Amino acid sequence: MNWHSPAEFFAMGGYAFYVWGSFGVTALALLIEPLLLKKRRSEVLKSLKRELSAKERSQ
Amino acid sequence: MNPKLITWKYASPPYFYPLAGKMIPWFALLAVLLGIAGLWVSFFVAPTDAQQGEGYRIIFVHVGASWMSMFLYLVMAFWAGIGLSFNTKLSSMMASAVAPTGAMFAFLSLWTGALWGKPMWGTWWVWDARLTSELILLFLYLGFIALQAAIDEPRRADKAGAIIALVGVVNVPIIYFSVKWWNTLHQGASVSLTQAPSMAKTMLLGMLLMALSFWMYSIAMVLTRVRAIMLERERHSDWVANLKEVRS
Amino acid sequence: MNRTGSIRTLGAFGVLAAVVRRDLLLALRRKSEVFTTLFFFVIVVSLFPLGIGPELGLLRKIAPGVLWVAALLATMLSLNRMFAADYADGTLEQMVLSPTPLGLMVAGKILAHWLVSGLPLVLIAPILGLQFDLAPRALVVLVISLLLGTPLLSMIGAIGAALTLGVRGGGVLVSLLTLPLYIPALIFGAGAVEADISGLGAGGHLSLLAALFALAVFFAPWATTAALKIALE
Repeated sequence: MNWHSPAEFFAMGGYAFYVWGSFGVTALALLIEPLLLKKRRSEVLKSLKRELSAKERSQ
Repeated sequence: MNPKLITWKYASPPYFYPLAGKMIPWFALLAVLLGIAGLWVSFFVAPTDAQQGEGYRIIFVHVGASWMSMFLYLVMAFWAGIGLSFNTKLSSMMASAVAPTGAMFAFLSLWTGALWGKPMWGTWWVWDARLTSELILLFLYLGFIALQAAIDEPRRADKAGAIIALVGVVNVPIIYFSVKWWNTLHQGASVSLTQAPSMAKTMLLGMLLMALSFWMYSIAMVLTRVRAIMLERERHSDWVANLKEVRS
Repeated sequence: MNRTGSIRTLGAFGVLAAVVRRDLLLALRRKSEVFTTLFFFVIVVSLFPLGIGPELGLLRKIAPGVLWVAALLATMLSLNRMFAADYADGTLEQMVLSPTPLGLMVAGKILAHWLVSGLPLVLIAPILGLQFDLAPRALVVLVISLLLGTPLLSMIGAIGAALTLGVRGGGVLVSLLTLPLYIPALIFGAGAVEADISGLGAGGHLSLLAALFALAVFFAPWATTAALKIALE
């Protein structure tokens, strides 16, 4: 183990800003992308459902 | 139907759509598991670097992101090229689906590279051959995405995008070597990001696990995006209208 | 355009010459556009000393880069003209449909584009180089590098111009597509002049530039042809 206390872990030997800045932004990006995709999918599905029900009503 | 086409069954959206849907959770799960293992190795197993202290741990995301950005460009060009030469819609959709994820990794590679450069070289940006090529790679991704976004007709967007992706692939090595040549002539940064002198085995393992996790993540994202693209593009076809997520 | 029938009997060089002659004639009728590119180049280059300061040592150092970047931007400005007019009036469609190989006609159009917007830059560059106190030998290297480099810019640019034909926001898009591809030309072109100034000799850079030129002669008309066919589908 490299770390003796959680504080030491979060301090990253003085490089906290750089290390957490890298890992944090990466994690954020990897979380945002699936959320955006989920939104995109639900939007398509919503408009598809609307189209379908409009078509069925007209028939 | 041409019998030859039947072997290409899975290359058509109605068949690929449910198949991709079944594959996505597995790749996502693998991405999470590999990511947890990778993070654990990066922070708790890999030793402190003798020269760079704890700051070197940025390498674990930086290298993986750089690898993925380059690899995904090749994947994108591959699908675009297949789509162009065999006129297969699905391949072109795959190319369009890969691009945003690739661009995101190129951005992350630059971001983490800058955050590494500040403590190690004392500056946010170094005109190092790798960082410069990565920046140009991001431009190439943005060009592809912008071109496809600007063309309304999907098939023309596919083909135009394929040409620019293929031209880019021919150019990537040329750009890399010219930037490298330029860099050595100007005696720029001599320290390269991945040239940690004595790389411990566990460091390599950490990099590998993170890169694999990014890889699985990319597959999951690309498949999710290609499913959305299929729905958008084929909205008037029967198979889309008969999907249970549309029916319900 | 109604000449395409007679072009058939002309042979490869005949076709090339006919396309070049036609485009040059058209350019002569729109002289202002041609001069706009040239003036843009002159003005951009002249702005740098004003922005940076008149210190000759510094100006000599930045001259190759400034001249080359300005040439890049000037070429890019004129790219949209390469196919736009022919696309708008249907000539391009006739060219695609005609039995003459499209690649040959594309090569002619690229050559004409270079003659109209690349060659003037090459000719005026030494005068602008004097503003930056470049030595006579460096000026010669500058002209050679531009002579090799500007046709390369026209060839690569043709791909971008063909891809963005009739696309909304084409003007900005073409720069986003082609500028990254211009980077090797910029590095070796400006590098040649720089290497000569620093006494390293420009030979290596110039031969690499020539290699890129050869590669582009081979690939660019082909890629442009494919892009034009897609645009006209």
